[in-house]
Amino acid sequence: MAESRVVGIDLGTTNSLVAYMEGDQPVVIPGVDGSNLVPSVVALDPIAAGGGRPTVTVGNSARRALIETPERVIYSVKRLMGRGLAEVESELRLFPFRLADDIEEGEVPRIQLGELRFTPPEISAYVLRQLKRNAERYFNKPVTQAVITVPAYFNDAQRQATKDAGRMAGLEVLRLVNEPTAAALAYGLDRAKEGTIAVYDLGGGTFDISILKLRDGIFEVQSTNGDTHLGGDDIDNLLLAVALDEIHAEHGVDLRAHPGAVQALRKVAIDVKVQLSSEPVAYFDFELPNGDRYQREIPRGVFEQLIEPVLDRTVGPCKQAMADAAIAPAQIDEVVLVGGSTRIPAVRQLVDQLFELSARGKKAHTDLNPDEVVALGAAVQADILAGASKTTEELLLLDVTPLSLGIEALGGVVAKIIQRNSTIPASATEHFTTGVDGQTNVAIHVVQGERELASDCRSLARFDLKGIPPMSAGLPRIEVKFLIDADGILHVSAREQRSGKQAEIEVKPTYGLTDEQVESMILDSFDHAEEDFAKRLLIEARNEAETILTKVEQAKTTPPWGALTDEEQASIEAAAMRLRSVKVGDDLAAIREATLALDRSTQRLAELMMDAAVTSAIRGKTMDSAAEELEENVTAPHPMAPAEFR
Amino acid sequence: MSNVLDSAIPVACWSCHVAQNNLTLFCSHCSKIQPAAAGDFFQVFGLDRTFQIDLEPLEREFHRLSRKLHPDRFARASGREREWSLVDTALLNDAYRTLKDPLFRTEYLLKLEGAEIGEEHAGKNRKGDEKEFSRAPADLLEEVFELNMQLEEMRASKKMGETDEQLQSDLAAAKAKFESLVTAVDEDLRQQWKIWDEGDAATRETAKTAMVALLDRRRYLSNLVRDVTEALGE
Repeated sequence: MAESRVVGIDLGTTNSLVAYMEGDQPVVIPGVDGSNLVPSVVALDPIAAGGGRPTVTVGNSARRALIETPERVIYSVKRLMGRGLAEVESELRLFPFRLADDIEEGEVPRIQLGELRFTPPEISAYVLRQLKRNAERYFNKPVTQAVITVPAYFNDAQRQATKDAGRMAGLEVLRLVNEPTAAALAYGLDRAKEGTIAVYDLGGGTFDISILKLRDGIFEVQSTNGDTHLGGDDIDNLLLAVALDEIHAEHGVDLRAHPGAVQALRKVAIDVKVQLSSEPVAYFDFELPNGDRYQREIPRGVFEQLIEPVLDRTVGPCKQAMADAAIAPAQIDEVVLVGGSTRIPAVRQLVDQLFELSARGKKAHTDLNPDEVVALGAAVQADILAGASKTTEELLLLDVTPLSLGIEALGGVVAKIIQRNSTIPASATEHFTTGVDGQTNVAIHVVQGERELASDCRSLARFDLKGIPPMSAGLPRIEVKFLIDADGILHVSAREQRSGKQAEIEVKPTYGLTDEQVESMILDSFDHAEEDFAKRLLIEARNEAETILTKVEQAKTTPPWGALTDEEQASIEAAAMRLRSVKVGDDLAAIREATLALDRSTQRLAELMMDAAVTSAIRGKTMDSAAEELEENVTAPHPMAPAEFR
Repeated sequence: MSNVLDSAIPVACWSCHVAQNNLTLFCSHCSKIQPAAAGDFFQVFGLDRTFQIDLEPLEREFHRLSRKLHPDRFARASGREREWSLVDTALLNDAYRTLKDPLFRTEYLLKLEGAEIGEEHAGKNRKGDEKEFSRAPADLLEEVFELNMQLEEMRASKKMGETDEQLQSDLAAAKAKFESLVTAVDEDLRQQWKIWDEGDAATRETAKTAMVALLDRRRYLSNLVRDVTEALGE
């Protein structure tokens, strides 16, 4: 492939993943720690340098900081993407983060993290950058283009915020794909299926239901519905609330004042939840700051009763989606379960009833890992967009807009111009005129939602049409074209038809960052320039070379060196000399080759040194502890192996 | 959210300069995508203007054109090809959405034929509900009057937290009746489609007037059904 790879990214509430197409199969790219999942947790490192970009950690290491320095860590930021101050405030009651205190309504809320503040897209950008780096390490090449998944029920602002995050992370976002649709793509890839499928996606923080029709490789979404604030987080919060109340009542300790303890308790709550998916009963066992223990048995029945209200909230969207697709449960051929929360047996029972599965001798599909299936589908879509692949050239996704688009008419009523579940891209043309003689601008308020009053819908933006030639009232005829693109994002253009003049539009997004703001938040501008990437790789390769050369020099003063034959010593010397000479040059491949050659020539030296280390470790110790150490040593890497090289 | 630039409309293919008729979405010579020009939804599918449409071939054609036009096929193409793909696909989707739905299609074609359609089927500008009673079709005046009384009673008893079973079953019966009237209107509409599709200019004019009236009646009936459904809390 001439052009660089396009990766597929699942930017999740709890975990994020990056995947790509390896031949005809989508594959998840693991991180440095070998894990496929990167927890969507971002921590600000304790020592922030004066000025410049802060040092942040992402993923598992950040998750550990959650208990030690909770005020410097943020998680589940997806819940805050593209949302206004009031919405975020109510959301934050459940989370330990604080907002910066000088934000005004209309601004994108910023979260206080240690001494710094970040907008939600910036936090997501750190997660995306980590995934980008994982992919670059894996391919050994820069990665600059991606497909990112979003909940199907995300509105315009939430989608735009996700795209902004991609740009800040140095990624060109070729497409936003709806998560359930991506999952369907991953499932339908090798089956050439025909029929109607429902995707029930209950993740960490969002719920989506989508109904699709598959035909000749075309995945046509019929309807979608959901709740962008419903997921595993809500279940965790319920368990957590029970534990906090009981601790307060039984031990007189109000842990809510101790964010670190709350986070530790949340972790126990999550463990309890996970255990209850496979066990009939699970236990809370938690040490309180005063040394007391909170111990509590949770039988599955009690848990199911507790979470029933949460699960019931998925029923309405499912019924609405079926009604919108004009389809009865019996007409759905397959149901696919996506998202970690669908591991809960009660969720599976609910899905079974909703779609009358066992009654029809069917079972929901769970054969792909529910945590990975969205990322795998994103990789398939990335392959479709990259083109030139036999596997995916026949596939095409036709998705829909989840919410109706409307404009505020007289009296605050909404005039719908694009109905929900319209296939995207979709467009609508509306005509406006003036109400006063000589009026030169017209304001249009665009909203998204199903309610009849604009104040009950979500405000998208206010457009100010300017530069209308002064005429009598009602005479100008301004044609405004609304277009929802394949990412589900709205574009607007306008023209005054009598003068033929392109009207100037000033857009005030109700929620969201301006272009300039996004530009100023781009994480590291050098990350996406190819030559800089090459420079970075070169520096890393030189460092590797330096490390192994130093180790060889040190080894020459140890007894194992003397145990080598003259030829062995000579071949190491020769390899080291070769590496020293290419190291000063700019030839990355030569440096890597020479480093590997030196590494191979020191194989026996390394073994001898390992033996010596084990012998000295065992000496003077009991057999037991020696065996333990041995085990540790045996799994340790080749002492001279360049770490993380290939 | 951002702005879309309005594309200019060339008369010749932008790529190979072969002259085009101004409705094609692809160059007849080099097959490159072309910016959409003004045309109606029937022309997008290469169809004559008729009320009766065979949905199977329409869907097949929709899929065939989607494969060629969709922005997914142009993710790495030039900026203007990407933009045209976006605008052309939006037109294709708008056309398919309108033509596959019998009511949308009827309203659309009637408007193309110069008919004035009142409040649109899509529920656009839903205001002035209070005027509905005066617009009640003459043959239904009495029933509508009674229904409105019952609806008032229903709302009142709901407010009091009571359930009047007699009233409930009366309303359910009324709902079934009005639903059957909607079905009857649909049947009449289909007949008019046929008459228009096969008729000469004069017949078409009569059919057009009939269809506009039928749509008015249908809209009125649907609103009644909606109100009753809401009152029943279903």
